[in-house]
Amino acid sequence: MAEITHIIHEYLRHNKKFPHVYCPGCGHGIVLGSLIRCVHGLGLSKDEVVLVAGIGCSGRMAVYVDFNTIHTTHGRALTFATGIKMANPRLKVIVVMGDGDALAIGGNHLIHAARRNIGLTALILNNNIYGMTGGQKSPTSPEGTVSATTPYGQLEQAFDVIDLVRAAGAPFVARSTVMHAHLLDKLLVKGLTNPGFNLIEVMTPCHTQYGRKNKFKTVVDMYKWYRKQALSVEKYNALPPDKQRDRIPIGVFQDKQIPGLEERYAAMRNQLREARGEQ
Amino acid sequence: MSSRKKKHKELFAQGNEAVVEGALLAGCDFFAGYPITPSTEIAEEMSRRLPLLENGVFLQMEDEIASMGAIIGASLAGRKVLTATSGPGFSLMQEHIGYACMAEVPLVIVNVMRGGPSTGLPTNPAQGDVQQARWGTHGDHPIIVLSAVNVRECLEMTVTAFNFAEKYRTPVILLIDEVTAHTREKITLPDPSTFQIFSRVAPSMPFDWYTPFEETMKGVPCMPPMGTGYRFHTTGLTHDSQGFPTSKPQEVEGLMNRLFRKIDQHYYDIQMVDEIQCEDAEIAIVAYGSVARSAELAVELAREQGVRAGLVKLKTLFPFPRRIVERVARQSKTLVVPEMNMGQISREVKRVNNGMARVVTMNRVDGQIITPSELLKTVLGSVSR
Ligand SMILES: Cc1ncc(C[n+]2csc(CCOP(=O)(O)OP(=O)(O)O)c2C)c(N)n1
Ligand code: SF4
Repeated sequence: MAEITHIIHEYLRHNKKFPHVYCPGCGHGIVLGSLIRCVHGLGLSKDEVVLVAGIGCSGRMAVYVDFNTIHTTHGRALTFATGIKMANPRLKVIVVMGDGDALAIGGNHLIHAARRNIGLTALILNNNIYGMTGGQKSPTSPEGTVSATTPYGQLEQAFDVIDLVRAAGAPFVARSTVMHAHLLDKLLVKGLTNPGFNLIEVMTPCHTQYGRKNKFKTVVDMYKWYRKQALSVEKYNALPPDKQRDRIPIGVFQDKQIPGLEERYAAMRNQLREARGEQ
Repeated sequence: MSSRKKKHKELFAQGNEAVVEGALLAGCDFFAGYPITPSTEIAEEMSRRLPLLENGVFLQMEDEIASMGAIIGASLAGRKVLTATSGPGFSLMQEHIGYACMAEVPLVIVNVMRGGPSTGLPTNPAQGDVQQARWGTHGDHPIIVLSAVNVRECLEMTVTAFNFAEKYRTPVILLIDEVTAHTREKITLPDPSTFQIFSRVAPSMPFDWYTPFEETMKGVPCMPPMGTGYRFHTTGLTHDSQGFPTSKPQEVEGLMNRLFRKIDQHYYDIQMVDEIQCEDAEIAIVAYGSVARSAELAVELAREQGVRAGLVKLKTLFPFPRRIVERVARQSKTLVVPEMNMGQISREVKRVNNGMARVVTMNRVDGQIITPSELLKTVLGSVSR
């Protein structure tokens, strides 16, 4: 443990931006920890990593780590990341978004980044709610959710992030919860090393805005619930449909090796130059 | 290299194509955009040209918001970047224009204006976005807005737009209208060496010493490409000199003052105006874009009829070239301000004129150009009264 903490501190802007803004028990910190462990484990240098974040509690992550960091506009983190990756494919571009960020205001950018297959690692920190603005419903709030803007319960259907992004053509699509830190680490390592667009959804509790209103007495109850409801996608698929309800399948849902747009673009440029006899 | 062969090539080009030539000349190698009339040819020509460059990138994004996001990202990664659009697309870009002002990201936006509001007039000339270019985003910030009169100027002003963007770490907006964008004229591609090309100044101090949003003599901090060892935080939030969010009144004020100062301080470099026969003018036309072309002829025709007319051709719209317009207003009796909108620059003219001369406005919002003869009529009518 001490070893891990030491590693994490090496990557934080500890002298500048602490204490942080997250609530006690917020899952976002676990994701940040995992991210740092993986960057360290892969031997990536701080200079080659770019962390692009949207707006929301999740978006604040960019302030805390000593990479090249960009706190963008609400919903548009993937568009900034697309520009960065295409401008300099040597950079490792990691994008951190909230569920509102990625799927409501940024939904169009998400499906197009997946379709375009731009080479980056995108994380959706899904707490089923808008944390920063005070607990309004999000496109992933389950039906019946009580929130600041659904006082009588959410009527709309929720997005399944995995289905959506897979259908849009992303080659690597996976999900974990913050209660499954080892799996999260493994998925992040894959997401950081695979070519093309990598999407990892992380189910993370927001007790402050979601749990309290939706019958979770304590934040610990929420964590326990995640652990109980989650099961591997293989086991999930073996369940009859009525038993699947409210369960959270985790693991890898899609894993194809397809070169990212930046690579295919460079190949096109080379071909054009060869055809013109410039090589 | 093919660009060498093209050194003195003559082109029969549209304004939109000249924008592309200017951008390439200025060193632009990254374009992201979304098609919209009457700006589309800029994207189309970029899609042909950029993949031929060693590191050139052309991206057709899913919308204008995404296009702006992509060029901001690419600029932070060290590229000279461009996007092009028209009315509705320009409206969508506003949030990110504000971001680029706040985070001091150099970039160029060409807006081939169309009439509005809303989808308005896609294929007719208009000058509908002048004030949107200045005040479209929320919050206070200065911005540089340029315009171009003809095809040759489209090329030159695009180079200038890139130079200002890089020198002052700011978005620069180039406004052209449909007449200029789509009229074909012969131009000779200039020798690149005749242009001075600026690039942003990269830091040279040790990594730890670098202050990304430092208060400097010129007000413009230096800017490294991402991934070269100078790691820092970029945000649209009000930030301290290290780039981290702050709401301390002193730091907020310091940042805002510097953002304004970096433009104010270089006012003489930025304001560009052509004065034509203004020395003895009793009546001066203040015009920009294709209207200024009609105005040039109208001035000649008026002089033939014995009226001492002159033209103040605005190349920089914002910061408004106050000092020059003020001087002309002081020495002439009448200012005529023709525009293809309801009076977006005449507001500025009236403001700086401050009662010195008589200001006559002339506005068309019917999608038609302002011709030299109708301008002449207005000029002659304003003199005799
Ligand atoms: C254009 C725009 N609209 C609205 C907002 C306000 N806003 C800030 S954060 C946020 C939602 C955050 O929720 P989510 O993305 O789920 O992230 P979380 O805070 O839960 O981590 C909203 C709506 C904004 N910043 N910009
Ligand atoms: S509001 Fe929710 S998401 Fe935001 S910091 Fe608190 S617990 Fe985390």
